[in-house]
Amino acid sequence: MPGAAIKANGLGKWFGEGEAKTMAVRNVDLEAGFGEMIYIVGPSGSGKTTLLSVLSGILRPNAGKVEVEGIDIWNLNADQLADFRLNKIGFVFQDYHLFPRLNTAENVAIPLFLRKKDWDESIGEATRYLEVVGLKERANLPPVKLSGGEQQRVAIARAMVGQPDILIMDEPTASLDGDTGHAILKFVHENILRADRCIIVVTHDSRIYEFASRILKMEDGRLTVTQNDASLLQKG
Amino acid sequence: MKGILKLAYKLLVNDKAKFTALLIGITFAVFLMMFITSMFMGVLNHASATVVNVGAPVWVMDPSVQAITSSIGMPNYVLDAVRSIPGVKFAVPLYSGTALVKLHDGTYQAASVLGLDDTSLYGRPVLTAGKIENIYADNGFIVVDDAEYRKLESPRIGTTFELNDHRAVIVGVAKVTISGLFGLPTLYTTYYRAIQYIPNPRFTISYVLVHPKSSSDIPAIKRQVAALGYMALTKDEFIRKNAAFFVFQTGAGTNILIMTLISFIVGLSISGQTFYTFILENLERFGALKAIGTRNRQLVTMILFQASFTALTGYGLGVGLCTLLVYLAKLRLASYAAMITYPSLLVSFVMVVIIAAISSYFGVRRVLQIEPFDIFRG
Repeated sequence: MPGAAIKANGLGKWFGEGEAKTMAVRNVDLEAGFGEMIYIVGPSGSGKTTLLSVLSGILRPNAGKVEVEGIDIWNLNADQLADFRLNKIGFVFQDYHLFPRLNTAENVAIPLFLRKKDWDESIGEATRYLEVVGLKERANLPPVKLSGGEQQRVAIARAMVGQPDILIMDEPTASLDGDTGHAILKFVHENILRADRCIIVVTHDSRIYEFASRILKMEDGRLTVTQNDASLLQKG
Repeated sequence: MKGILKLAYKLLVNDKAKFTALLIGITFAVFLMMFITSMFMGVLNHASATVVNVGAPVWVMDPSVQAITSSIGMPNYVLDAVRSIPGVKFAVPLYSGTALVKLHDGTYQAASVLGLDDTSLYGRPVLTAGKIENIYADNGFIVVDDAEYRKLESPRIGTTFELNDHRAVIVGVAKVTISGLFGLPTLYTTYYRAIQYIPNPRFTISYVLVHPKSSSDIPAIKRQVAALGYMALTKDEFIRKNAAFFVFQTGAGTNILIMTLISFIVGLSISGQTFYTFILENLERFGALKAIGTRNRQLVTMILFQASFTALTGYGLGVGLCTLLVYLAKLRLASYAAMITYPSLLVSFVMVVIIAAISSYFGVRRVLQIEPFDIFRG
């Protein structure tokens, strides 16, 4: 796929005004290519999640521009932006945000329902994705019956079922033990990352750095380090 | 069903506790509204029992009459004058009054007495026992077998009793379309016997029952009766006049309105609060849907569908419950006043739609306010 998946220039985002003004993102430039798995790391409150929200069309920046596949997403109207998120981006939330009243397959199929696909067809496709993440036999169970790692895999299946070009993962290992978190990211790296897909991961967890193509370090709203050699960051 | 609606449906009904609470709230409100309005409609219907049972197409009366029970006697010339109106096929007098019946145990029971035209017996009831011509026998009365029948100790043919110190004999038992409202047993006799037995003012004709040659003659008849200084009403107009009297003159209408509003408020409180809680508990999920790419319009559709589905299901259950109760009551008491009418159904439906609209309005507002970014922040 030609060009950058995501290109951001001079991004700025702040909350509040006057003395209460908090700068969350300061003048960030960033480019993410297809086939890359980019990590954004940094301490709590450094602006990682805010940056991720701005990049994915969820939070409007106060300054700068975000282009996804050449489209300036913040020039889109509300409906176009919603469609953009639905069709181009897959989200894996920190707390998964699975629907407890739906079974696993129905949870995975949500993006397809939103695209107005037929219910049964959507469930069939969701079940195929559950098979990919190794949970086909759990398709009819509610999420509460699944372990944390399984719920994370359901969330990944839901993010992927619409075959988005960009996958956004917010603290994907935060609620998992070390081994499970490692296994999940390994799975993503080996099965989800493709030459025509870009994955952006926000994380604190240095145990999963080995899967990153690039690691961007954020501090106080700024990108301070862009590191291709993950091992250096692990040491530093 | 479209995917998004089915999704909304599953999110709603799979939360069994909340869905049940919502249904109970709406069902209860609909049941109360239906029951109260049905009772009222039943009462109005029974209030016009004599008009319906006698069945004359046109009724002539004093213009001051407000309801069938408050007749004002008219002089005999009115009957003659009405008979002479060109469009009148025939006209007969009707006496309507109340008498005291002395029962065998020595107690007294008030009874409604209708005196039918001696010649034609126009407006006579359908007899289930006895022969109508026996009404001409000495002291002959026909008793109506309705809910109040037992108050006269369930008399049979041949039963005698005292009526205003006169001897009365039951010569027939009748059934009527609608029993009266005021808890009085009904007796039919001839017009002249009625005015003999019951003390009266100077004028004794309560109503003149008119049968026009054709319905197109009615406007002219009404005009000519008005020229005499009296009033002619069609059967439907008289029923409406009776209803208006009870609604506006007795305070019953205001009371029913207040009761219906209270039911509405109870339903709105229970359902609105439960639905809002349901939305609040699912706020994060709605936020997640928004982040994933659900348009605001789709979220509004989902919430409106959930509110409408709950409201309509509750409406169906409420109407069903009310119907069942009225049916069971009528099995026990044939003349039970409540009747489910289209206006009652419509009033309850409109109220339920308003409950759904108000409940969903606050839910929609809350969901539209949530920022998907809040989902990211956790």
